[in-house]
Amino acid sequence: MGANPKLDPIRGEGSGNGSRPQPSYKVIGTRPIRPDGVDKVTGRALYGADVRFPDLLHGKVLRSPHARARIRSIDTSQAEALPGVKAVVTGADLPTAEDRFEDLGEGGINLRYLSENVLAHGRVLYHGHPVAAVAAVSPHIAEEALSLIQVDYEVLPPVMTLEEAMAEDAPILLEELRTDEMGERGNRPTNVAAHFRYELGNVEEGFAQADLVVEREFRTQTVHQGYIEPQMATALYDQDGQITIWTSTQGSFSVRSQVAEILQIPVSRIRVVPMEIGGGFGGKITVYLEPVAVLLSRKAGYRPVKLVMSRAEVLMATGPTSGSRIRMKMGATRDGRIVAAEAELVYEAGAFPGSPVGSGAVVLLAPYNIPNVRIDGYDVVVNRPRASAYRAPGGTNAAFASESVVDELARKLGLDPLEFRLKNGAKEGDRMANGLPHPKIGYLETVEAIRNSEHYNAPLEGRGRGRGRGVASGYWGNWGGKSSATAVLNADGTVTLNEASTDIGGTRASIAMQFAESLGIPYEKVKIRVVDTDCVSYNDVTGGSRTTFGTGLAAYELGQKMKAAMIQRLADIWGVSPEEVVYEEMVFSAGENRVTFDEAAKLIERRSTPVMVEAEVYGKKYGPAFSTQCVDVEVDVETGKVTILRYTIAQDAGKAIHPAYVEGQMQGGVAQGVGWALNEEYVYDREGHLLNASLLDYRMPTALDLPMIETLIVEVPNPGHPYGVRGVGEVNIVPPAAALANAIYDAIGVRMTELPMNPARLLEAILAKQAQESTQPA
Amino acid sequence: MATVWIPPLMRSLTQGQEKVEVPGETVLALIQAIDGRYPGFAARVLQDGELKPGLSVAVDGVVSPKGVRERVRADSEVHIVPAMSGGESALG
Repeated sequence: MGANPKLDPIRGEGSGNGSRPQPSYKVIGTRPIRPDGVDKVTGRALYGADVRFPDLLHGKVLRSPHARARIRSIDTSQAEALPGVKAVVTGADLPTAEDRFEDLGEGGINLRYLSENVLAHGRVLYHGHPVAAVAAVSPHIAEEALSLIQVDYEVLPPVMTLEEAMAEDAPILLEELRTDEMGERGNRPTNVAAHFRYELGNVEEGFAQADLVVEREFRTQTVHQGYIEPQMATALYDQDGQITIWTSTQGSFSVRSQVAEILQIPVSRIRVVPMEIGGGFGGKITVYLEPVAVLLSRKAGYRPVKLVMSRAEVLMATGPTSGSRIRMKMGATRDGRIVAAEAELVYEAGAFPGSPVGSGAVVLLAPYNIPNVRIDGYDVVVNRPRASAYRAPGGTNAAFASESVVDELARKLGLDPLEFRLKNGAKEGDRMANGLPHPKIGYLETVEAIRNSEHYNAPLEGRGRGRGRGVASGYWGNWGGKSSATAVLNADGTVTLNEASTDIGGTRASIAMQFAESLGIPYEKVKIRVVDTDCVSYNDVTGGSRTTFGTGLAAYELGQKMKAAMIQRLADIWGVSPEEVVYEEMVFSAGENRVTFDEAAKLIERRSTPVMVEAEVYGKKYGPAFSTQCVDVEVDVETGKVTILRYTIAQDAGKAIHPAYVEGQMQGGVAQGVGWALNEEYVYDREGHLLNASLLDYRMPTALDLPMIETLIVEVPNPGHPYGVRGVGEVNIVPPAAALANAIYDAIGVRMTELPMNPARLLEAILAKQAQESTQPA
Repeated sequence: MATVWIPPLMRSLTQGQEKVEVPGETVLALIQAIDGRYPGFAARVLQDGELKPGLSVAVDGVVSPKGVRERVRADSEVHIVPAMSGGESALG
């Protein structure tokens, strides 16, 4: 579709994209206070590190000082003899895990590798790889005990980069690894775990039609999710074999499954209690400490054991997400049509297979309708921590490449970058590179929202002379997954809603609001609780931007079921048929019978059977999300420092249940993307030691680095949800790196192709450009 | 008949065909029908009667948790794609 100047970016109405009229809601779209808000701002909320017991033991983990080595032997005898030490465990204490793939919700892993990542089995594969663990009566004794464990390593040369890993004579990290090419297993040892290809049309013919072709290679570095709360776990292995785990996780049921698989214990013996979470961003799905705490608890005589990571441990051994190398080639005709695209994406998996290269390849070109496409993806192991999910896994890397090339094409064709996007933008029915057609989407509406924004239309003083403006777009497919929940009607007219989705970003509120809307009661009447794994049925992780959509579906169904149950009870009490009972504006009536919602709750408790309803859903029609962003920067050409002057994000939320929390997600994603783009990176020495395992040296943006991020919520409802919800948590982190690179080019004419664009890297590029210009004839 | 899109790295098995139209009421039946026309296809895709690890299937745009047991309509469009977990699915 073409541009539509009448678009209301806040509602998406009049977009010409089939948007249905927005229904009138009473709760949805309002901005109530979150149920956990007071506890969190007063310090009463209980996080994992707050778990305490009278006989609690403290655990510590011994980690490999080498990036790659064979373990010849481990002698724990001196540590075990230290007074106060109650248990020592190594990889030998873990059962042999199955060679089987397990879906963790936002990333999957072979169980054997998952177990090996928890405690090394005969080899260490990255600096910080856990080798042994101790439980003692105090943290200090546990630390002292670690120093008494003797590990005999045969140190091997590490493989730290993609080039080293893919070289013909590369040292092999995992002797058993063979390349999987869409179900066909290779026949020789390799560090390339997987290769896949997407292809549409005929790429060679497509490039032959192009009047302009741009090809560049891009690089991104390993970065961490940067959640502020370190990983922790407390476990109690009872004498009767029952296990309770208190932990900070994005998915209590996923923790239960992983612990059960690693330790080969039935899930029925494991209860996982999710504590409040201090950030996850995909990094708190894989288990690290939980199985170790369980082993230590059992070995220590059934006493509870708590392990809490330090910041250095978090950075060394959890997360991160993949560094990558992406070659991107794109061709367009003179009139601004993209006719062909070809890309090669190579992603670091870390020590074990499983980088997000697959989703990166889908994100890469999803905003565009391109007839001829070929994308090759490679998953490559290196001696770094195993990559785990990070907000729109793989997407930021990919969009940095594709959106930079799109910007360059538009510039060289003399087109406005947003007009170029509108001309080539994807809409419902257009096929993505993997062949799948887009369902109903709101990409073009996000582009139009930025094009119509005050920011994009405001003049930027000094533009092209140190100041610049850049735009970029991004896609994320979102997810639905499985959710279950229950709701109980209380006699005072309130409802207790029990669900098990970790509350990240205010999902208690967004779920309770959907329930309240569905039942037709005020939000304040809903008491929502995130319960443990014994209280409701299975729930997938809070990840993939699924919770407000998926658990929201369950909440909608609960509201409908509770309404029906109350009508049934009242019909019984009044001696009428349920069809005769009318429910409007919180009043039930049938003929002369009439009670308010509160009166009905009391009446039902006194004269009928209790009301408790349950819902189990599998949300499959999750709508994809798009975001388009605009940023103004100022570049100091003497130092290479980039200052962000103004930032605006437009994002399709489908329907914003709680607009303030949607805005929070949009701002949070941009803030993380800015860090990834400008500063963050893992720095290793030649031996594979991580050199910047602290937040002093791993530089994340602070409030001083960011302006107020302006938000434009676009609403193109998802037809797969009764309120039109699309996930909102992830797509916002996809465009920032490209938007900033494009703004830097606009400011000083330097095209950055490597992240982070920190002062050192940018200054180097500025000096190279100046040197090149000085050698050119006048 | 349902249309099965063949992944590029498997097209050597289908004589370069990008799409194959075959009869069947489930994904498994479609795969077996393709195998009847292009022997070796089922062995490439299946392991112990299930999709091999690393593969998943999308029926009419929705990645199916039922895998090869997912039912298809006569006009269904079926894609065999690299497996990605929930949040990484990004398949739309």
